[in-house]
Amino acid sequence: MHNDHDHGRGGHHHGDDHDHHHHHDHGSELSPLEIRVRALETVLTEKGYVDPAALDALVETYETKIGPRNGAKVIAKAWSDPAYKTRLLKDATKAIAELDFSGRQGEHMIAVENTDKVHNIVVCTLCSCYPLPVLGLPPVWYKAAPYRSRAVMDPRGVLADFGVSLPADKAIKVWDSTAEVRYLVVPQRPAGTEGWSEERLAELVTRDSMIGTGHARGVSHGGGA
Amino acid sequence: MNGAHDMGGVMGFGPVLPERNEPVFHGRWEERVLAMTLAMGPAGGWTIDMSRSARENVPPPTYLSRTYYEIWLAGLSRLVVERGLAGADELDAGKALHPAKPVPRVLKAAEVGPFIAAGRSAERQMATAPRFAIGDRVRAKNLHPTGHTRLPRYVRGHIGIVELLHGGHVFPDSNARGAENPEHLYTVRFAARDLWGEAADATVSVSVDAWESYLETAT
Repeated sequence: MHNDHDHGRGGHHHGDDHDHHHHHDHGSELSPLEIRVRALETVLTEKGYVDPAALDALVETYETKIGPRNGAKVIAKAWSDPAYKTRLLKDATKAIAELDFSGRQGEHMIAVENTDKVHNIVVCTLCSCYPLPVLGLPPVWYKAAPYRSRAVMDPRGVLADFGVSLPADKAIKVWDSTAEVRYLVVPQRPAGTEGWSEERLAELVTRDSMIGTGHARGVSHGGGA
Repeated sequence: MNGAHDMGGVMGFGPVLPERNEPVFHGRWEERVLAMTLAMGPAGGWTIDMSRSARENVPPPTYLSRTYYEIWLAGLSRLVVERGLAGADELDAGKALHPAKPVPRVLKAAEVGPFIAAGRSAERQMATAPRFAIGDRVRAKNLHPTGHTRLPRYVRGHIGIVELLHGGHVFPDSNARGAENPEHLYTVRFAARDLWGEAADATVSVSVDAWESYLETAT
């Protein structure tokens, strides 16, 4: 959908645009952008800087192994096990490591809890910082200008874009991830789930509920249960 | 730098439009850009702040007209060329034309799992005590560095309350130039009304993570 619209713009002032030579020797349907990406990979591979098999493994890791199901398990455990929740809110990096969801872009974790009085929402206004080990790669909207620009100024308006409406007197805490600290929202546990297993509870935990742009499934609003 | 990447409070971008059942990647080229960027970290020997700086230090129209992975592609291409790992002519030609430079580490497929799981801590031991304590009133300095910084414009000059202490963390402004110079890192909470004026929602606060040299005691 956005394959080649970068073509021919941005100038050549930094040596980072390489669209002035076309590659018509491949006979495929690759866009100029895809050709540039392939060219870069070919050069880096031929020079021995990257191993294409390692690139495949990196892609596979983020497509199949690391995603919001990890975070959902953390939240479901916190809902089920008060001692774990206490540990999570006290030292999220360590508590998440108990479940083995540590690593790159999750080195310094903070868990922030939604309550009847407070709703938390996480953004990175400067780029796209996101707790990868628990949520996987961020969705496009999280990285795009509308969310990054408005979450800090008009969080209720942003929540409305997600169809979420909070009571007017509920406090909203916005966390702008400007350092290497990564924030995970602990959404409110839906009413009527007493006695549920962690596996069943995890099914209620959406990605957006852990960013703060949504609730866990089964809760219509955060105004108390 | 006061670049287009520093978006907090900029108006006119329109509503957030979440995509239903969004795939992890939109096309194979995005997969390759992400993977190359991750794999070239060890090989290129640059820091995360150098990568961020390479992505954001572009004319605002350029930044705003690129999609996310286009920004990453441009940033990676730039680092590779600037460090002399490949020539712009090679990226144009789509093949190696010059000898490779020695690199510190080439990530192998078998190392990917441990590489991701290990991460890279930004925390550093500090010889000095933190200057501020939880509950202190601090002002974000009115700084406008021309290089990389992580103090967003919308808090500069405003007073907030220290909410969390994180210990020593690598300082991005210098780390983008190759010197870690760690500083104490804080989370500072600002009232939305202090940032955006009396018309702002009184129930809203905004917290940012700020290094010690971004802050001064507020009187």
